[in-house]
Amino acid sequence: MTQITRRAAFLAGASLLATPALVRAQAVRELTFYYPIAVGGPIPRIIDGYCEAFQRETGIKVTPVYAGSYGETLTKAVTAIRGGAGPHFSVLLAAELHNLRDMDILAPFEDIEGAGNLNAWTDGFFPAFMANSKAGGKTWSVPFQRSTAVYYYNKDMFRAAGLDPEAPPRSWAQLIEAGRKLTQDGKWGVKMSNSAGNGQWTFGAMANQVGHKLMNDAGTETYFNDPRAIEAANFWRGLAFDSRITPQGTTDWGVLAPDFLNQTTAMIWSTTGNLTNMRTNARFNFGVAGLPGKEGPRTVVGGGNFYVFKNATPAEQAAALRFARYMAQPELAADWCMKTGYLATRPDAWETESLRRYTAEFPAALVAKEQIPVATGELSTYESQRIYKALNDNLQALLSGSKTAERAMADTQAEADRALRPFRRT
Amino acid sequence: MGGLAGNRRLMPSRTTLHAWLMLTPALVLLIGFTHYPAVATLWHSFFSTPRANRPARFIGAENYLALAEDPVFWQALWNNLIYAGATIPLSIGLSLAMAMWVNGKLRGRTALRIAYFTPTVLPMIAVANLWLFFYTPDYGLLDQVTRALFGWGPTNWIGQRETALGAMIVIAVWKEAGFFMIFYLAALQAIPPNLYEAASIEGASRARVFFRVTLPLLGPTTLFIAVNAVINGFRLVDHIIVMTRGGPDNATALLLTMIYDLGFRFWDTATAAALTVVLLLILALTAALQFIFAAKRVHYR
Repeated sequence: MTQITRRAAFLAGASLLATPALVRAQAVRELTFYYPIAVGGPIPRIIDGYCEAFQRETGIKVTPVYAGSYGETLTKAVTAIRGGAGPHFSVLLAAELHNLRDMDILAPFEDIEGAGNLNAWTDGFFPAFMANSKAGGKTWSVPFQRSTAVYYYNKDMFRAAGLDPEAPPRSWAQLIEAGRKLTQDGKWGVKMSNSAGNGQWTFGAMANQVGHKLMNDAGTETYFNDPRAIEAANFWRGLAFDSRITPQGTTDWGVLAPDFLNQTTAMIWSTTGNLTNMRTNARFNFGVAGLPGKEGPRTVVGGGNFYVFKNATPAEQAAALRFARYMAQPELAADWCMKTGYLATRPDAWETESLRRYTAEFPAALVAKEQIPVATGELSTYESQRIYKALNDNLQALLSGSKTAERAMADTQAEADRALRPFRRT
Repeated sequence: MGGLAGNRRLMPSRTTLHAWLMLTPALVLLIGFTHYPAVATLWHSFFSTPRANRPARFIGAENYLALAEDPVFWQALWNNLIYAGATIPLSIGLSLAMAMWVNGKLRGRTALRIAYFTPTVLPMIAVANLWLFFYTPDYGLLDQVTRALFGWGPTNWIGQRETALGAMIVIAVWKEAGFFMIFYLAALQAIPPNLYEAASIEGASRARVFFRVTLPLLGPTTLFIAVNAVINGFRLVDHIIVMTRGGPDNATALLLTMIYDLGFRFWDTATAAALTVVLLLILALTAALQFIFAAKRVHYR
């Protein structure tokens, strides 16, 4: 009796193992993904809704885990994967590509079963958003919650200060001039963040505003010593120490939106992903504009991509890719754009009826898209977290007055050189 | 004959076996969670961090040399000495004062004790978020109070180098003092009242009673609290991670926050291991000093 039962069990187990991968792919019932939140508003509810819709269509339950800021999500995902129990896929900063490849935890999309014709799909994204996705002849991520840096300004405060609310600053000189009029007792003209995890984004935009790029495409070199990088740093320092239209010291990312909504700051440099949050919560007239440059508007792209991890089984990887494809459908991308303000990552989404109607009625939603041609890529290197910290530490020293722009940039470059030295030998 | 000898040898070994069996649960826990990690940390600190295409290799003291060259390390070490040097005496002094105060006969004593103890039961993350509001420039509690009292302008308490570390110290003291107060309170109530009666018959001043009777009898408690305060001086960093992440420009970086950065943000586990060894050495050294000092000075009844 026992003999037969045991043999039956063995056979059942063996046949299960021998089942072709294709059949097992259908057997995937659950996926977990980590998800960072960088803006206000009911983002978790929106994501939950998409996951439920995906489950209705495919029968696969996707459990999103909201894991904090971009930096915290990266830490949690990598820790969990090294502990052998990580998520199957995750949204992480697009700029972490080199860093993540160096950790050897990603599954390139070409190696995923049933990937099919990837190029036909990936060519449909804005090229600016695919800039951090391909390396070594493979695709490592696809864009999802992507943004450009823009600024929000309070039209009521503009009017009260005698400024034209329909002609927001387009150049550094105009920004300083407007800021001087807007700054008064207890109210700041402009705020941008130099806190841990955020300063490098702001500074990437400023470097682009003088036509400078901070790193090479391979992610092995940085150019903080360049006179134009120093010029950008000096501009920022001047806002706090010369024209005094922004606070000295560290400005946290988290206070920007509340300060703007409380009308204690007239302009904030933020992400387009905050647009719907502003639209819902602002009790005053506000506008959105492209960041001013030295001469004309210049900005930086930002935000997160879908990455699939190689510790997931082939079937789980296939299911994760399916979810990424699902989220990139034009109708869904358009819906995401309208509900949050993040950019629909594909031109075809902007052609949908719903998004056309939305932008016609709320033109501010188009501002971020118009910035794509003047946007540079986010600072992306190997050892990115180390270099972000070096840069942000020095930006904090710069803004608290303990270092000059030259010193801050030289120190950042020295630390970056130290961190990147091992990657230049190969 | 031989049987008897064997039996005699068996007897002590069975006792030993029992002893080992009794010790096993504690031993497993100690080895698994204390000794093995410590030894493994020391071992890993002599190797390079393994990366995708570069496995770990033996590099001797290179990780330690890298730390010695890193200005952030020296800043974190210096910050940590200030942090510990301020939180230890402040929290002990404050807790003793609070304990004396609520030990006396006064109205609403229980309510006061609870109020002092509350910070201890709050999770550190909640404390950090609470204080984030206190320290917020412009509309934070502290700025509102200083504006009303002294007419000061907005101060970026945790966003500027001059005040950031001090702001962190205040939170740590606020959090710890209530906890230590409980121990002092228990010790105060264990002091026999006849000592105080004798002192009052002798006509001793209040200061004299405090320094000659109360303080010496609180000695063992003070030692216990001091050991805990030292440990906390290096361990209590949750609020820093939440509030400043060691910024601005490393003004609030401590050894433990630096270990976190190295280990879990840069994934430079080898250097993190080396720094952990340094921290262990510092703690071992202070503990040794404390016990040498205590053996001389603290009287146990």
